[in-house]
Amino acid sequence: MRPFEYERAADVAAAVAAVAEPGAMYLAGGTNLVDLMKLGVETPARLVDVSRLPHDTIEELPGGGLRIGAAVRNSDLAAHPAVRERYPLLARSLLSGASGQLRNVATIGGNLLQRTRCAYFQDVSKPCNKRRPGSGCPARDGEHRNLAILGHSEACVATHPSDMAVALAAIGADVAVTGPAGARRVPMPGLHRLPGDEPQRDTVLQPGELITAIELPPLPPGARSTYRKVRERASFSFAVASVAAAVDVADGHVADCRIALGALAHAPWRASLAEEALRGAPATAESFGRAADAELAHAEPLPDNAFKVPLARNLLVATLAELCEAR
Amino acid sequence: MPHVTHFADVTLRINGADHALHVDTRTTLLDALREHLGRTGSKKGCDHGQCGACTVLVDGRRANACLLLAVTLDGVDVTTVEGLADGDALHPLQDAFIEQDAFQCGYCTPGQICSAVGMIEEARAGWPSAVTGDLTAAPALDDDEIRERMNGNLCRCGAYANIVPAIAQVAR
Amino acid sequence: MATTVAPTTLGAAVTRVEGREKVTGEAAYAYEHEIEGAVYAWIVQATIASGAVRRVDAARALRLPGVLGVLWHENAPDLGEVEDGELAVLQSRRVAYRGQIVALTIADSLEVARDAAALLDVAYEAEPHDVELRDDHPKLYKPPKVNPNFETDTEEGDVDAALARADVVVDRTYTTPAEHNNPLEPHATLAVWRDGGLTLYDSTQGAPRARDTIAAVFDLPPERVRVISPHVGGGFGSKGTPRPTAIAAALAAKHVDRPVKLAATRQQMFAFVGYRTPTIQRLRLGADAGGRLLALAHEVAEQTSTVREFAEQTAVPSRMMYASQTRRTSHRVAALDVPTPSWMRAPGETPGMYALESAMDELAIELGLDPIELRARNEPETDPETGLPFSSRGLVACLREGAARFGWERRDPTPGARRNGPWLVGTGVASSTYPARRAPSAAFARALPDGTFVIGIGAADIGTGARTVLLQIAADALEVPPERVRVEIGDSALPFAMLAGGSMGTTSWGSAIVRAIEALRERLAEHAGDLPPEGVQAQADTTEEIKAQERYARHAFGAQFCEVRVNADTGEVRVARMLGVFACGRILNPLTSRSQFIGGMTQGVSMALHEESVLDLEFGDYLNHDLAQYHVPVFADIGDIEATWIEEEDPHLNPMGAKGIGEIGIVGTAAAVANAVHHATGVRVRDLPIRLDRVLAGLAA
Repeated sequence: MRPFEYERAADVAAAVAAVAEPGAMYLAGGTNLVDLMKLGVETPARLVDVSRLPHDTIEELPGGGLRIGAAVRNSDLAAHPAVRERYPLLARSLLSGASGQLRNVATIGGNLLQRTRCAYFQDVSKPCNKRRPGSGCPARDGEHRNLAILGHSEACVATHPSDMAVALAAIGADVAVTGPAGARRVPMPGLHRLPGDEPQRDTVLQPGELITAIELPPLPPGARSTYRKVRERASFSFAVASVAAAVDVADGHVADCRIALGALAHAPWRASLAEEALRGAPATAESFGRAADAELAHAEPLPDNAFKVPLARNLLVATLAELCEAR
Repeated sequence: MPHVTHFADVTLRINGADHALHVDTRTTLLDALREHLGRTGSKKGCDHGQCGACTVLVDGRRANACLLLAVTLDGVDVTTVEGLADGDALHPLQDAFIEQDAFQCGYCTPGQICSAVGMIEEARAGWPSAVTGDLTAAPALDDDEIRERMNGNLCRCGAYANIVPAIAQVAR
Repeated sequence: MATTVAPTTLGAAVTRVEGREKVTGEAAYAYEHEIEGAVYAWIVQATIASGAVRRVDAARALRLPGVLGVLWHENAPDLGEVEDGELAVLQSRRVAYRGQIVALTIADSLEVARDAAALLDVAYEAEPHDVELRDDHPKLYKPPKVNPNFETDTEEGDVDAALARADVVVDRTYTTPAEHNNPLEPHATLAVWRDGGLTLYDSTQGAPRARDTIAAVFDLPPERVRVISPHVGGGFGSKGTPRPTAIAAALAAKHVDRPVKLAATRQQMFAFVGYRTPTIQRLRLGADAGGRLLALAHEVAEQTSTVREFAEQTAVPSRMMYASQTRRTSHRVAALDVPTPSWMRAPGETPGMYALESAMDELAIELGLDPIELRARNEPETDPETGLPFSSRGLVACLREGAARFGWERRDPTPGARRNGPWLVGTGVASSTYPARRAPSAAFARALPDGTFVIGIGAADIGTGARTVLLQIAADALEVPPERVRVEIGDSALPFAMLAGGSMGTTSWGSAIVRAIEALRERLAEHAGDLPPEGVQAQADTTEEIKAQERYARHAFGAQFCEVRVNADTGEVRVARMLGVFACGRILNPLTSRSQFIGGMTQGVSMALHEESVLDLEFGDYLNHDLAQYHVPVFADIGDIEATWIEEEDPHLNPMGAKGIGEIGIVGTAAAVANAVHHATGVRVRDLPIRLDRVLAGLAA
């Protein structure tokens, strides 16, 4: 770990000003940043601590949504009664992520900004276009069993590790950010980028921009939702594939739905094609299969991760069936 | 950049006692405890939040001491495994771990016990877990709930089957 | 046996002697001993898999405030000749594998030492590397012996002819990946030089053996070196011999003339502290229609490094497990540009019995025979390899007892026939075995005037409960309550003893303690009047006793039963229920013994479903080098798991009548899980671990 200066920001404006120094980074819960600093992946010259900024509350929004301060801890959000009642997919995504210890420290803003767990990215003795642009991507011809099947590029086949981001992509949350150029809102799933030829950029955030809050619109009335995560061990491991879905069924037909897939791409993957195929369709296994096929027709698996295509299909079909039949 | 800016003064409140430290900003809470304060009960197993051996309670909540920078913890209350017993009287979880033979090598044990202390409080506060069926109901701390909630603590010796009843006997 | 200890404390569920120290955090592990003025060393690893260090530029690192020194092959002190090339730390510019130690940084703080390591500029001359084990690898050769000293190959009868006339033949290849021991306490050493002598607080499974090895490395007489190791945070074989970390710490301490602390990082533990070799195993079983084996051939390919030969004895259990008219076992090893493999819990038996017991299951299915019945029909009367009588052989008893407890009789053998929602449910069984041995050890027993006793032996408690069971043995041998006995272990200054390995700890150390106590009783009988203040002491050594013991085939046996659930949509495998039944002579402490069995079984589940060190072909190292990527089970992976045992009186073992129990729990577990997965799904996964992608591929086929 390189030496760095440490400063605790008094408010958002001070934080934004402080991070303008070259080599400065925000520090929130630090559960990923400190980890990456120990590995030498991140080498900030200055850390601006935003973990004690006052945006750590959860408030009701007019119209039935929620505004979640960026410094809210993952565990607090998952335990919040409004989230458990109205956004089960969000609560379940949070609860299926990381460990009890990590959720107690990791913030919502930090969760969105965590970096890929691609093994090459985490090992500074090896090339990685995301870490050192232009150095190459050894994963494409090397170990990529748990990397992307959708939206990847020659430069990068990494996946985004967050579970929560998948739920937020399905919900269509807005991410409130403040930066040197002022405040703006970024709609999910638009926060995270596909790698293209700039895999070093995980998100559309501009230098110095700080996430201050996440705003959740209400889910369609009557919608049932959940988050399902497939992983190699029963808990405390990153997803091999995941799905966040909210479905509203009326008269045996899908009135509305929101679906996002996780661990398949560089960003949480809003399954718009599947949603389109599903809306108005009878709530049957055949429809679910067709919807999944519509989305996964665009999959471009690598030699060792082709299993993720049938896995994601099965997972999506099973999750939709569970949401529809349980009513 | 002058060398001195990479150090900071911080007061850590460990098991109820204040400790003023002049630390490298890179020093984690775990290294501050182990290398500066002689509190080696918190263990370093992976140094990346992946094993849970360093688990301590920060303002009453369990956290991985290896991922917290000491400099960020000024004025924060930290409880380590050394702070659980009441004089000669062990914490009920410590007794239960001995009774159930809930450890072998003992290296994960302080983290397991601190984690269980925090976990029991979380469950009492009504927090759900990934295996909670009804998210809106108060969870019952059955064996599956204990297993899921203790997911951040690895035991390589394979004492899980004994740790679950040790926790259960205290939590229920 | 000449003498048998009458059990009083033995057989009781005594809780761990050091329990309080461990639950309060007071127990000091290697890195945690308080030594005034200790500084920190950090390891720098090679970033090529083959070649040489061309140049080390330490200028930037040395300029960091707080850096005390940098060591590499050009300025490191010369070491003595050593058998284990891994211990020739910084002695040459050669790089034998990626991750090998090429330099050390030493600083007054951990943070600075690590930063200095990152700033060290090491240039290499890289050569092409060869790291992938294949069963047709041109470098495969026949090692002179396999670990620790077994014949490399055996052949009895005409295997090919027997296979040709068999009614049923199973010919399958099974593979197991490289697996890393990953004790939770990293390999750590605190090294102190004083007056030309060396003291090491080291995380080791055997302080006396470590002392001798390290003394040789530093060209010192053994009495100038002391290794202290009261608590060890797991080892599972990887701390059985000294690792380069211990040598590196001592080199660094010598260089800066200060006490030095050094611990491997978790990532570094995937390079230079040992691991289980990957194996490729061809199993051929030929049987008549009645299920009697006519042929058993077990041929193994595995790897070692170019630094040191380690040839795992993978096919050895196939030599004694079942009766067969003919038999062939062989081991071939390729020396690759990889880290040196080493011991990992039950080397040989663990991977070998996975393959043999999977093949037995496949044979039972081919024959339409119950897998327990198949094993019973091939129960040998004497050791098939040596013809020696078994001192006791409880395999069939364990299988029958387990079947009754597990509900095996109700099992419908049809694969893929039980379903609960998306979950396919199945059960499987496999046999376990492990040698029951002893190794020469010495101990002292001392009687003090206050009526208490002190036992000293250079044993180690790596979590096995050794300190506790040795106290029980001593108390019963002395015929006093355990409160009056203190057992000292974990220090090379104590009498030389076998290391904690090969499931030989309790039997070896216990024998020495009993003999020392017998000698003490004789001395006390001769002693008249009050004891002197320092007490009366006697020492015994079991070398001659063990050399003279009767020849028997001594083995522990067991049976593993497993129920799995396999998600038909996702291929996820979860172990719902496990039962192990063991025949291990007399169980000396049911509390800690059960923990050993269950711990082994838990590691067996881990082997079956999780553990896999992924070799990176381009770079030549194990890529998934942390505990987020290299999976071991979490709580939720281990459901209802139970271990029990049958009563076994075996008079041919040792004064305690016990067999070692540390390793048998892992043996057979992976096969039981794999057999259950097949029963649940009809999918036979022959490559460990049983990953969901492998199951899904099978379900789709």
